[in-house]
Amino acid sequence: MNLFWSIMLATLAKDIRLEWRSKDALNAMLFFSLLVVVIFVFSFDPLAEESRHIVGGLVWVAFLFAAVVALNQTWARELRNQVLDAYRVSPAPATALFVAKVLGNFLFVSVLEALMTPLFVIFYNLHVLGPAWQLIPVALLGTWALVVNGTFFAAMSLRTRSRELMLPLLLFPVSIPAVLGMVAATTSILTGENPAHFYIVLLLTYDVVFTTACIGLFDTVLQAE
Amino acid sequence: MNLQPPVVKVENVVKQFGRFAALRGVTAEFEGGRFHVILGDNGAGKTTLLRALAGLAHPTRGAVSILGKTPHEACRDLGYMAHPSLLYDEMSGIENLRYFASLYDIPGDDRCREVIRAVGLDPELARPVGKYSQGMRQRMSLARAILHDPKILLLDEPFSNVDVHSAREMVALLAGMRDAGKTIFVVTHQAALLEGAADEFLWMENGQIVDRTRDLSTHSTYPEPA
Amino acid sequence: MKKAFPILAGLTAIFLAYAFYQAMFVAPTDFAQGDVYRIIYYHVPSAWTAFLLFFINFLASVQYLANAKPSWRRAVNWVVVLLGIVGFIAPFVPQVRAQLPTGMYPSSVATTALILVGLYFLIARFFPEQNVDLLAVTTAEVGVVFCTIVLITGPIWARPVWGIWWAPGDIRLTSTLVLWLIYVSYLVLRRFSDSAQTQKLAAVLAVFGALDVPLVYFSIWFFRTQHPQPVIGGGGSMDPRMLHTLLISWMAFLCFAYLICWSRFQLERLRREVEEAEALESLLETPSSSAQISKARVPLSRGPQ
Repeated sequence: MNLFWSIMLATLAKDIRLEWRSKDALNAMLFFSLLVVVIFVFSFDPLAEESRHIVGGLVWVAFLFAAVVALNQTWARELRNQVLDAYRVSPAPATALFVAKVLGNFLFVSVLEALMTPLFVIFYNLHVLGPAWQLIPVALLGTWALVVNGTFFAAMSLRTRSRELMLPLLLFPVSIPAVLGMVAATTSILTGENPAHFYIVLLLTYDVVFTTACIGLFDTVLQAE
Repeated sequence: MNLQPPVVKVENVVKQFGRFAALRGVTAEFEGGRFHVILGDNGAGKTTLLRALAGLAHPTRGAVSILGKTPHEACRDLGYMAHPSLLYDEMSGIENLRYFASLYDIPGDDRCREVIRAVGLDPELARPVGKYSQGMRQRMSLARAILHDPKILLLDEPFSNVDVHSAREMVALLAGMRDAGKTIFVVTHQAALLEGAADEFLWMENGQIVDRTRDLSTHSTYPEPA
Repeated sequence: MKKAFPILAGLTAIFLAYAFYQAMFVAPTDFAQGDVYRIIYYHVPSAWTAFLLFFINFLASVQYLANAKPSWRRAVNWVVVLLGIVGFIAPFVPQVRAQLPTGMYPSSVATTALILVGLYFLIARFFPEQNVDLLAVTTAEVGVVFCTIVLITGPIWARPVWGIWWAPGDIRLTSTLVLWLIYVSYLVLRRFSDSAQTQKLAAVLAVFGALDVPLVYFSIWFFRTQHPQPVIGGGGSMDPRMLHTLLISWMAFLCFAYLICWSRFQLERLRREVEEAEALESLLETPSSSAQISKARVPLSRGPQ
């Protein structure tokens, strides 16, 4: 068990270090996130009466697109110089690699979200009418839902043609209940009209089910040639 | 000479990629403690065979056994090196090896420094691997392969684009490891480089082993491609 | 089966014609909707057929993954038996009985559970090894076709009756849409994958899809309780004559689906046999290496050497 944690942490540390060293890619991603927000601001009038009702959806769609672009990058690093082969040949368990990648992606996407959220608040003049603290579990669970399946399907896409296209193609259908949950929860909290409890439970269930499935089946995906 | 029972057995291994058969029923046994060199034209199946031994390519039919186990089970005893460096370009040599050491549960830096020195590089070099010369990169890749002191080494074209001096040093290192009891497989086009050190030369053609000799000179000249 | 095929095809055509006659002329006109409602006799049976096919795909995918190791096989078998026992007993337990929708008898739920378990073991018996993957591919493709019919007939029905093409809160139609998306992505994965383990990856995706469907259902169900939406499919009980026609229609569709699946299954099986024969042939002869390389489909991660 200790071995699992040490490998997982070492891989996570390595990924963070690599991400930090290729600051170009990081900056480009941050700028991309900003652009997505701006495009949304121009597409959906922030001054409209109903803006509070739709912002929940806008925010999560923006996060989704930023996440997909970010997810495509993380495995690309392992394919350069075929480093993934070195991992496969080692005795390190596949799940340690997976958990490390998911955590790394989670941190990265969270950073992007942390950049985009204040922009949405500013442009859309958001006041939270419901219990604001509930946004935290929604954000955490929602991001985890996108990232855990995203990392898994990105690994699956490694063995396909049109790799960057395959990721959203595989991810979006399966993520629909999670997206519905995230958006409905956020809207409920922003408008204060409905309780968000069920959606939070839904997201939690989704996360538990799919994290288990991903961890159980990742070895099969990694060992595919 | 260290004569040991066969450590690597390949039984009628077939590897197909769609309609193309890279390996067509290869059967062979390899003794331990020997330096085996695999030669052949491009497309002969050399890399595929090595990957099958490493457990990276799953045979369509047949079986590979390493020390009586599957390659996946025997992974601690296998060291693999390929033409791509299998290293992260943005990290230095020692940082790369530290990471791979963690995968093999090797504590501390000492072993990493030891192997870097063994391949003739400086452990303190902070330059990222992406900026190495080809020779340095191949040497660091070899260091990664021998980091966990495996019993069997699988090296795919370790000397390609490497200067003669570095290549000779690598050969000497490998010969020393063979003398210490390791089993070594090298796929290469540069047979002459290994003439003094290798114990055996294998020729592959069209996915099969067509010849095995101890001495390079006894092999008849290649049949001309049709 | 081959010899029986033309006969069965003929019988199915007659059956479908009979179902059409029943649907268009014999079934009574709906009080509220008029004759437009008759599309239900194509909409609903397509849906049931698609769901059945997708469910078979799920079972086949699970078996394909479990076949990798004998120990996994045994474990999955025991889990299925356990689920069957639970599914059989649960509907009779008072707390569960109270949760069942009105009109659904505990015995029918229990029997369904047994049938599903039986289906699993029937598939295991009749589709050994590679054939189980053939079954998966066939049911996925034919399922997508029937699902497409559902998604087209749904809005066509909704527009004249309820004035809208689509209601996001319509739980059945939206769940069907998600199911359709999942299986289209399944087929795309199969088509685009270069891996030698494409079949395994596709099976993994099918399992993910199956886990997703109940979550989709519940997420929309709760969304709808907060945001009441028009229900396109219509609820409540049905005139027994309509139900009768519906079942006839469904039987006809099942026969039709069976014929198409059988054809597709054979087609795929033959295609694979041809591929294997060609590969075997290339194994035995020794052509010049350059000719072989130009014919090869070079895999993504590693070229042949």
